[in-house]
Amino acid sequence: MALSMEEVDHIAQLARLKLSEDEKARYREQLSAILDYVTRLQELDTSDIPPTSSVLQKRSVLRADESRPGMGRDRLLANAPDVTDEQFRVPPVLE
Amino acid sequence: MPELTDLTIVECSSALQEGEISSRELTLAFLERIDRLDPHVKAFITLTPEFALSSASEADKRLSAWRKDRSSHLPELTGVPIAVKDVLAVEGIRCTCGSRILENFIPTYTATAVSRLVDSGMVILGKTNTDEFAMGSSTENSAYFTTCNPWNLSHVPGGSSGGSAAAVAARMAPAALGTDTGGSVRQPASFCGVTGLKPTYGRVSRYGLIAYGSSLDVVGCFGRTAADTALLFMLMAGPDHLDATSMDLPVPSLQLNGGSDNGSLKGMRIGIPQEYFIEGIQSEVETGVREAVSVLESLGAEAVPISLPHTEYALPVYYLVAPAEASANLARYDGVRYGPRVEGKDMWDIFFKTRGEKFGAEVKRRIMLGTYALSAGYYDAYYGQAQKVRTLIKRDFDEAFKTVDLIAAPVAPTTAFRAGEHTEDPLAMYLEDVFTLPANLAGVPGLAFPVGFDHNNLPIGIQLMGPHFKEEVLFKAAYAYQKSTGWHLRRPELE
Repeated sequence: MALSMEEVDHIAQLARLKLSEDEKARYREQLSAILDYVTRLQELDTSDIPPTSSVLQKRSVLRADESRPGMGRDRLLANAPDVTDEQFRVPPVLE
Repeated sequence: MPELTDLTIVECSSALQEGEISSRELTLAFLERIDRLDPHVKAFITLTPEFALSSASEADKRLSAWRKDRSSHLPELTGVPIAVKDVLAVEGIRCTCGSRILENFIPTYTATAVSRLVDSGMVILGKTNTDEFAMGSSTENSAYFTTCNPWNLSHVPGGSSGGSAAAVAARMAPAALGTDTGGSVRQPASFCGVTGLKPTYGRVSRYGLIAYGSSLDVVGCFGRTAADTALLFMLMAGPDHLDATSMDLPVPSLQLNGGSDNGSLKGMRIGIPQEYFIEGIQSEVETGVREAVSVLESLGAEAVPISLPHTEYALPVYYLVAPAEASANLARYDGVRYGPRVEGKDMWDIFFKTRGEKFGAEVKRRIMLGTYALSAGYYDAYYGQAQKVRTLIKRDFDEAFKTVDLIAAPVAPTTAFRAGEHTEDPLAMYLEDVFTLPANLAGVPGLAFPVGFDHNNLPIGIQLMGPHFKEEVLFKAAYAYQKSTGWHLRRPELE
C-alpha cells in the first residue's frame, strides 16, 4: 500500500520529527515498501490467537510499599542542556 | 607463554591468580594492540585507558593480597579486561548509543550486567561501536563510523554489536558485552568468527541498557570460546530488583569443560528446522552448518528434522513490534533531559528540530514505522496482528522443544557482506536478520559460534537455540564441538 504525502506528514507530526522534503519523499517510498511486505501477516487467521503480552510466565512483581533511595536530583539533572534552580529549563510553553 | 592478547579470559584469570602476569601488563598489552589496530578496525567509540589502568592497579593489589592468603575472597575475573557495547551505561563514561542525540551523555549510573562484571574484578577498556540505538545489522547506521570486519576490512562486522565482535576477533579485547534485540549478538559473532550468547529474555537484567525494543532486548556477551562466554554469562545473569522482567531463577553453575561425561552428547536430540535452509542461502553457509551438525552427531547427539512453520512471518512481525516499541522508548529524547538541544522558537519547535536533526536516517525510519503501526485506525491491523502472530511463532518453539533438546540453524543467510552493499535498500538489510529474529520474538536463548570459513576466508556461524532458561544445554553442545574442532582458534591476519 502506498502512503500519501499527507500520511507521512501526519506520522512525522505524531512522532515529533522535523523532516526535509527529501526525507519525506524517501520515507514515503521506503515505508510503503515495508508496509507492503508486512501485509503478508493478514494471510493468517488469528481470530482465536491471543496477542503476546510477555514471553515470560506470568508472575507477580509487586514488592512491599517501602520507600528507598532514588537517584537524586543532581544526578538526574547532570546531563540536561539547560538547568536552573534545580529544574530543567525550557522556553515558555503557553503564550 | 603465548602472546598476552591471545589468552582466553579463563587463561588470563589463572595466569593472574598465579602471579605469572599482572593485570597492568595484560591491560597495557590490549591497549597497545588497540592503539596499533583500531585505526584500521574502528571497533571503539570511546577508549578509557586511564580508567582501565587504575582498575588494573587495584586488581593487582587484590591479587597480591590474595596470593598471601588464598582463603580470602577473590572475585573470579579480577584483573581481566573487557570491552562494553556503547548502549550499556557505565557511570562516568560517555555513552553515545552510536547516536548524535547522546553525543555528550555521561551516565550517572551503571548497568547491572556491567556492574556485576566489574564486581567480578573486570577491567573496562572502552565502549564499542554500534548501529545507532542498536538498529542495524552492520554498524553502518552508527552516527560515528562503520567498524570493519577483522577478517576482511572491506566487509562489515555485522551488527548491531559489531564493535564488540570485531574487538574480540581482532584480539583487542579478550571478551565483550553486546545486546541482542533481533540478532545483534549472534549475527556479528557469526560474521567475525567468535562465540556470542543471546541469553533467555529475563535472564540478565536490562537495567542500564538504553532501551530499543523492551520486549525483545537482552544483554549478551562475546568470547573466543564457549567456556569464556559461559563464564561471563554466569557472572552477569540472575534476578535484579531494578528490572521487573528479570526472572528470579537460580543461575546454573556451568561446567566449563563439558562436565563429567567427557564431552559426550549421547542422548541429546537436535532439531534441524527445514524453514532455515531456504532458497537464497549461501551454499557454503548451509554446508558449514550441516557439517557442524554431523560433528555433533559423531559426539553422540541425534539430529532430527523439525518444522517451525511460522518462521517466514518472523521478519514482518519483528519489523512492526520492534519499531513500535522503539517509537515509544525514543520519545524520551526531547532536548530537555539529556543530549544536545537544537534551539527553536518554542518548546514544540525544540522537540521537532532536536529529534529531526540529531536522529539518524534508520532511527527516524523505525520511529515513523512504529508510530504508524500504533496510530489510531491502524493499531489492530498492524501491531495487534503482529503480536498475535508472535504467539504462533512462540508456540512453534514450544512444540519443537517437546521433542528436541535444542535447535541448530544458520545464523544468517550469508557470511559478512561488503560495506555499502545493502545501505540503499532497508528491506534487503532487514532480510539479513531472518534467522535470528524468531529467538527474540519467542524469548529463547541462542548461541552462535564459528563452524568453518567460506571461499573468501570469512567465518561461517551456526546458532543453537534452546528452551527458555536452558542456556546450559547450548553450552554443553558448544563445548563438545569446540573440544573436537579448531575453527574457533583461527585468527584473522591483521599485521
